Amino acid sequence: MAGRIKIRAQKKGEMTEVKALMRHPMETGMRKDQAGESIPAHFITDVAVLHGDQTVMQAHWGAAVSANPFLGVRFQGGQAGDAVRVVWTDNQGGTGEGETTIR
Amino acid sequence: MITRWCLLWLAFPAWADEGVFDQYRDLMGDDNPAIFVIDEGEEFWYQSQGPSGATLEACDLGLGAGVTRGAYAQFPRYFADTDRVMDIETRLIHCMETLQGRDRTVTAAKPYSLRGDFGTELEALVTWLAAESEGVVIAPEQGHLKERAMYALGEEIFFYRAGPHDFSCATCHEQSDKRIRLQQLPNLTDHHDAADAYGSWPAYRMSQGLVRTMGWRLQDCFRQQRWPGLTFGSEVSIALQTYMAVNAAGGIMTAPGLKR
Repeated sequence: MAGRIKIRAQKKGEMTEVKALMRHPMETGMRKDQAGESIPAHFITDVAVLHGDQTVMQAHWGAAVSANPFLGVRFQGGQAGDAVRVVWTDNQGGTGEGETTIR
Repeated sequence: MITRWCLLWLAFPAWADEGVFDQYRDLMGDDNPAIFVIDEGEEFWYQSQGPSGATLEACDLGLGAGVTRGAYAQFPRYFADTDRVMDIETRLIHCMETLQGRDRTVTAAKPYSLRGDFGTELEALVTWLAAESEGVVIAPEQGHLKERAMYALGEEIFFYRAGPHDFSCATCHEQSDKRIRLQQLPNLTDHHDAADAYGSWPAYRMSQGLVRTMGWRLQDCFRQQRWPGLTFGSEVSIALQTYMAVNAAGGIMTAPGLKR
């Protein structure tokens, strides 16, 4: 189920507002399950927002980010109809990707 | 900006925390992570499973086989085929057994996520079905004798004091405008509070990163009262849901909600 991203991009004046909600457990590695066993760390380490081929935002994330994280970004230069992508990779090698067009 | 702050303040005079939390909900807008769980629930509904390899599409949730729109809002209700009043969770387990041939000791063994889980099939299905009732009037059936008996039993349990702290559900939920620490407590004997509370479950709990169902919420209430664990799908669980649903009748389903 992980890997999904709900993404919206809307032009507001000069700026394009991107909102992305990612499906990810974001396990810190510090929690224990009901049986007392450690739950393995599983969290997003790298996130990027791309406008066409151009990276407009890049971030390193860690275990402190909540489960199912929500990302809001604004950037300049977007036009209605342009493609916006959000991609992530996690510490277990998993990836997620979502794409939308600017409204 | 100042005006907006004042309006928020007026809307929530008693609990500053709820005002701030309402702002948070505004910021999140439609971005309730429950939307993922809704999608997953819909996929489970149409997924062939079990020895019969069937989907749940023929499942009768009270409005006829396969009718999902508005079905949630009329639970709990009496089903002639089982001669029982059922909540939506036990009805789904019943459908998994009768349609898909899945063993209920397996499907009902772990209905709710434990720590480290990322949602269960039942949680997803209930979330999707609740979303299929969004905006629908809460109207639990009370025509059958067993349905009315279920309500009466629920009312009795609601006010029944027990356990090491001599708690009842009513201890926390029969007065208006009360809170425990910073949590606003709904008065479940009051129609408006009951409708707001009942209509907003299942809900995404941010503190847990999971969607929780009404059945889970009741189990947690029992834990908080230091009562013996509430058995999933038991008469007690369904009775309390019936009590709440009937008190909430006429309200609007807003689930899946977004909670702390």
